[in-house]
Amino acid sequence: MKKIMICGLLLILAASFVMAGTTITIKGSDTLVRLGQRWAEEYMKHNPDVVIQISGGGSGTGIAALLNGTTDICEASRDMKEKEYKLAEDKGIKPYRVSVALDGIAVFFNEANPVEKLSFAQLKGIYTGAIMNWKEVGGEDARIILYGRENNSGTYAFFKKKVLNKEDYNEYTQTLPGTAAVVNAVSKDKNGIGYGGLAWAKGVKFAGVMANDTTEAVLPSVETVSNGTYPISRELYWFFNGKPTGELKKLVNWALSKEGQKIAEEIDYVPLSKEGALANTVK
Amino acid sequence: MNRLKFKPKSRVREFLGEKLIAINALAALVAIVLIFAFIFKEAIPIFTDQEIQQEASVDKMTFKQEFYEGRDPKWSWQPNSEVPKYSILPLLIGSLKAALVAMLFAIPLGVGAAIFSAEFASRRWREIIKPAIEMLAGIPSVVLGFFALIILATVMQDMFGFLFRLNAVTAGVALGLAVIPIIFTVAEDAMTSVPSSLRDAGLALGANHWQVSLTVVLPAALPGIAAGVVLGFGRAIGETMIVLMASGNAAIISGSLTDSMRTISASIAAELAEVVFGSAHYSVLFFLGTLLFVITFLINLCGELAVTRMKQRLQGRLS
Repeated sequence: MKKIMICGLLLILAASFVMAGTTITIKGSDTLVRLGQRWAEEYMKHNPDVVIQISGGGSGTGIAALLNGTTDICEASRDMKEKEYKLAEDKGIKPYRVSVALDGIAVFFNEANPVEKLSFAQLKGIYTGAIMNWKEVGGEDARIILYGRENNSGTYAFFKKKVLNKEDYNEYTQTLPGTAAVVNAVSKDKNGIGYGGLAWAKGVKFAGVMANDTTEAVLPSVETVSNGTYPISRELYWFFNGKPTGELKKLVNWALSKEGQKIAEEIDYVPLSKEGALANTVK
Repeated sequence: MNRLKFKPKSRVREFLGEKLIAINALAALVAIVLIFAFIFKEAIPIFTDQEIQQEASVDKMTFKQEFYEGRDPKWSWQPNSEVPKYSILPLLIGSLKAALVAMLFAIPLGVGAAIFSAEFASRRWREIIKPAIEMLAGIPSVVLGFFALIILATVMQDMFGFLFRLNAVTAGVALGLAVIPIIFTVAEDAMTSVPSSLRDAGLALGANHWQVSLTVVLPAALPGIAAGVVLGFGRAIGETMIVLMASGNAAIISGSLTDSMRTISASIAAELAEVVFGSAHYSVLFFLGTLLFVITFLINLCGELAVTRMKQRLQGRLS
């Protein structure tokens, strides 16, 4: 019995050695993790000797992993902070940034909410606590219930920088682990408002966003983000340690290819423009 | 005769066995001391490093701060801000609030179930109830948290009309589910181990089953039950995943149980992954860890003392 077990174990060990041709680890942004997974699946189908391990955890987690040398590719929904660039330098790591897709941050309401659109100023007021009641933005007389992300999320940081103008979120904001949880909460909370990546938001109502009081409200969609009319959008990045070579280079260039970008669009991410993708390709 | 043959060998064995067990016991002690030392070590810059003290000193973490000129001083936990704010008070209140609700929910249920199971349940019932409750302890806390986040929060909001979907009550009830098996197991053991002579004496004096259970067995088992409650409270204060998912994580100073809240443990879990190594924020999180450690230690110590005193009093009365 014991012998059989030992043989079995050895076999498994041997098999895992044979299978591990090249292993690529990808870690980081929860916003990008779904796209990363689809890309990895597709890429591994074409290149059976490559094993890609992918995990989320937030942009900050991914960047920390890159700096500690525990991941090959870091997915991030924000650029690295000055502090992090400096830390990378100290550790002898040369971050190489490639933007692989675009993302719109959608603001969403419960489907029963009559409010259709918000201006940038109103959004800021709502999330900093200056506007507390839906009545003030054309809704019913009810307290606005804020939902957001934990402060290790790239989306949290981006929204804070872009919409809140770096002011603090209202302390009553309920922060949840992951955009899916925010969407779920808002879909069940009549007076809720939340924000998150475009690709996740199902079962809630998108808010049209006006860049200022004179412009038209624009609903977030692949099209409006891609052509730049939707005001809350950002680039999504892959960071490498140094300019990628070998299998890593092949992978990123494939992701930027027509095929890779088409996959992104299929699962509701916003593809880069043709010229953009071409410009980002690693030579 | 037999004893003589056995003696020389057993002495060596006994010696070795004793030492081995002593080492085991010490290992646990050493581990605890080392863990505490290493956590505290990372928090030391708060007391020594000038640069970090400008952002977060003990003073700044404890008292109201005027973060922006001209605005009212207040307590605030906003570490990822242009002006980082590290007041511990909102988190402390959150931790206590969640633990309080959890205990209010878990003590009656846990102790009640223990009384039923130890005193009144038929053998068949007992064999169903006991493993079922103890199985609750086997549910991973992340599963309980997810259940609270998706299902319990909706049900409770519909039932009680909470303004905030995730709040201290929801988190506390979910936390209570994790605490019940601890209280139940310890309390049940305490009650079943009350000597049957006490029970018999009560019955012989003409008391009925109820009277014996509530006035003889329950008081005799009280130290054990108290120990269970203390253990449960320690778990409730330190539990992370459930509160991280179900409490809303909003660092608010508020006495209301229906407001969202943020606990010390959830803050550590949520922020440590992101924090820049060696920064003020990093040290503060380790300081929070130290604080949590000290709090649970003190609770356990107080509980232990109370239990000992209760036992002494009980024995004094009985003898």
